[in-house]
Amino acid sequence: MNSNRRYPDTVSGPFETPPLEFVDRTGRTIEIRPYDSSEAEFDALVEMYTEFDPSDRAQGIPPGKESRVRTWLEGILADDCLNVIAWDGTRAAGHSTLVPDGDNDYELAIFVLQDYQQAGIGTHLIESLLGYGDEHGICKVWLTVERWNHPAVSLYEKVGFETTGAESFELEMAIRIDEDDE
Amino acid sequence: MKVLLEFDGSQASVDALDRTVDRAVAAGDELTVALTGTAETTHAALAEQVEDVVADTALSVDLREIDAEPAGELVAIAESEEFDELVLGGNTTSPMGKITINKTAEFVLLNSHVTVTLVR
Repeated sequence: MNSNRRYPDTVSGPFETPPLEFVDRTGRTIEIRPYDSSEAEFDALVEMYTEFDPSDRAQGIPPGKESRVRTWLEGILADDCLNVIAWDGTRAAGHSTLVPDGDNDYELAIFVLQDYQQAGIGTHLIESLLGYGDEHGICKVWLTVERWNHPAVSLYEKVGFETTGAESFELEMAIRIDEDDE
Repeated sequence: MKVLLEFDGSQASVDALDRTVDRAVAAGDELTVALTGTAETTHAALAEQVEDVVADTALSVDLREIDAEPAGELVAIAESEEFDELVLGGNTTSPMGKITINKTAEFVLLNSHVTVTLVR
């Protein structure tokens, strides 16, 4: 995308780090853990995304077909990416990911399964991913979001993202989680 | 049908070219390719790429050269010369795999009175 991306000067955080456990607004115990690269966790994510409501897709992801979900996940669950998953027992309820953009910065995305939305899971999921990213030396993170997706924009603003590009179809937002290494 | 295709040499525009040529052969479309070169990709190099794809077909393609900031020019040509369709490569994705729309496609989608096809 754009290598001249603007980032906030202020460092956000510190954020909580995974693993962590909490009770969501409907009383379910949710655990957030980094992805362990096992086949079982991969398959649980495939199951989550094939159940995903098509109207909650954002800019074409998650893809609609299982084969495409698998190909997409192979890309973003690769070793150079950082992933955390929210678990309700053995069921994946949410997933957040940081993917390197080839420019030392990372693109973020977060998905919460419909049954688990508006329960406080997204906030823990994104904060713990940013905490996990900071632990791994990541300084700057960006994302794009459809401008009509107000719940998502509010979540991003709450954790410290600022709008850095508003001139195109999608809003671009960015956050600084650590000082640049000089 | 009279079709105007934008071609800038990107992978997305190569995909759009392949598809548009296939369709033009099957449907008997009249195809014009607008070469929108940048400093690195000259119009001559782009023309060669298009000729390579068309060479194996019976199609004869009209080539146009458009300079920087092609969006307005594309829309103007499509409208003033009564094209039926304007085709753009629209398959750009972020590192995450999110579909993104570049400035040219965005301008064309919002401004064109001619039907637009965004090839994915």
